Amino acid sequence: MTHELPPLPFAKNALAPHISEETLEYHYGKHHQAYVTNLNKLIVGTEFENASLEDIIKKAEGGIFNNGAQVFNHTFYWNCMSPDGGGKPEGALAEAIDKAFGSFEAFKEKFSQTAVTTFGSGWAWLVKNADGSLEIMSTGNAGNPLREGKTPLLTCDVWEHAYYIDYRNARPKYVENFWNLVNWKFAEKNFAG
Amino acid sequence: MPHTLPELGYAYDALEPFIDAKTMEIHHTKHHQAYINNLNAALENHTDLQAKTAEELISNLETIPESIRTVVRNHGGGHANHSFFWSILKKDVKFSGDIADGIASSFGGFEQFKDTFSTTAAKLFGSGWAWLVVDNGKLEVMATPNQDSPVSVGKTPVIGLDVWEHAYYLKYQNRRPEYIEAFFHIINWEKVSELYIAAK
Repeated sequence: MTHELPPLPFAKNALAPHISEETLEYHYGKHHQAYVTNLNKLIVGTEFENASLEDIIKKAEGGIFNNGAQVFNHTFYWNCMSPDGGGKPEGALAEAIDKAFGSFEAFKEKFSQTAVTTFGSGWAWLVKNADGSLEIMSTGNAGNPLREGKTPLLTCDVWEHAYYIDYRNARPKYVENFWNLVNWKFAEKNFAG
Repeated sequence: MPHTLPELGYAYDALEPFIDAKTMEIHHTKHHQAYINNLNAALENHTDLQAKTAEELISNLETIPESIRTVVRNHGGGHANHSFFWSILKKDVKFSGDIADGIASSFGGFEQFKDTFSTTAAKLFGSGWAWLVVDNGKLEVMATPNQDSPVSVGKTPVIGLDVWEHAYYLKYQNRRPEYIEAFFHIINWEKVSELYIAAK
C-alpha cells in the first residue's frame, strides 16, 4: 500500500495571518511530504507494507513509527484548523469540556500551557479516554495518543517548524493565535465518533 | 549568583554565510537566554546549588532534588550546550593538530568521521544534538535528544552541533543536511584540539 499526501483542506494562504502561506509551503509541501516519502520507502518488505497508519502507530517502532505517526499527525492537524475556525465547541463536546476542566476558558488555558511547555519537538492533544472522559496530553516527537488507546480530538503541532517562520522563538504567540483557527466541527465529530 | 548569558566572543555575522547573523542573534539572545532564565527560576529556592556551573549541575543529575531535576536537565542542559556550541565555532580554521591525529586513528580519516557525524546529525529525529566526545580516551560520535548532554553520562564533548530546528530554520528551513554541511566550514579546530588534549 502506498501512502499519499492528502490534499490540504484549505488553500495555502487561507490561514494567514495566523499561519502564513510560506509556513504551509514548507510544513505541508516539504515536511509532511517527506514523512510520506520516507514511510513508503521504509515499509517495503516489512509487516507494515499494507498496514493502516493507525496500525503503524499502535505497533511499529523506530523509523516506521516516526514517519507513519507524523503522516497521521499532520493530516489530523490540518483538519483541526479552518479559515472559518475559532470560537467555542458546541453540544456534547462543549459539555464534556466543561465537566472535565470546569469551563472552556480553563480548558483553553490548560491546553495552551501544555503546548507551550512541551520541551523540544512534539504535540499537544485533547483526547478522549476509553471511559469517555477528556484529558489534555503532550507527546514528544511523533508520539500519538492512539498508541495509548486514547482517541485524539484536537491537536496543536509544537515542532519549531510549525511556527518558526512566522513567530521565531515566540511559541506562546503561535499557540494564542492557534485558537483563532480551531475547527471545532472536526473535534466534535471526533468526540462523537 | 544567577547564571548569565555569556558573550559569544565574536559578532553575530562572523559565521556568514554558513550561519546567518539573524539566526545567531535570535539563538543567542532569545533561545539561550530563555534556558538561563528557566534555570535561574528553578534554582531560586535551592541556595546550595546556586554556585554550581551548569556543567556541574548536569554532571550529577541524580543529586538534584527530584522537584527540579527535569528543569535542570532541560534548561541547565540548554545553557551548557549552547555555551559550548558558541565556543567551538569559527570560520577558516585549518583541520590539524592532535584532533586530526585522533580522528584519523578513531575513524580512519576525516571523510569517514565527517560521514559518520553528518549521518548521526541528519538522522536524529526531532530536537537534539550531534556530538564528538571523548570516552575513556577514545573519540566517538553520539546523539542526544532535546538538551541532554554527554556530560550527564560521563563523556566529554569536543564538538557539538545543535540540530534543533531553531538552529537552522531561518536560513535552511527543512534542509538540515545543508546546514550540517555548512557546519564543517565553521568548526574551530584549534579549540576542538585543545578540548581533546585536555580530555584524552
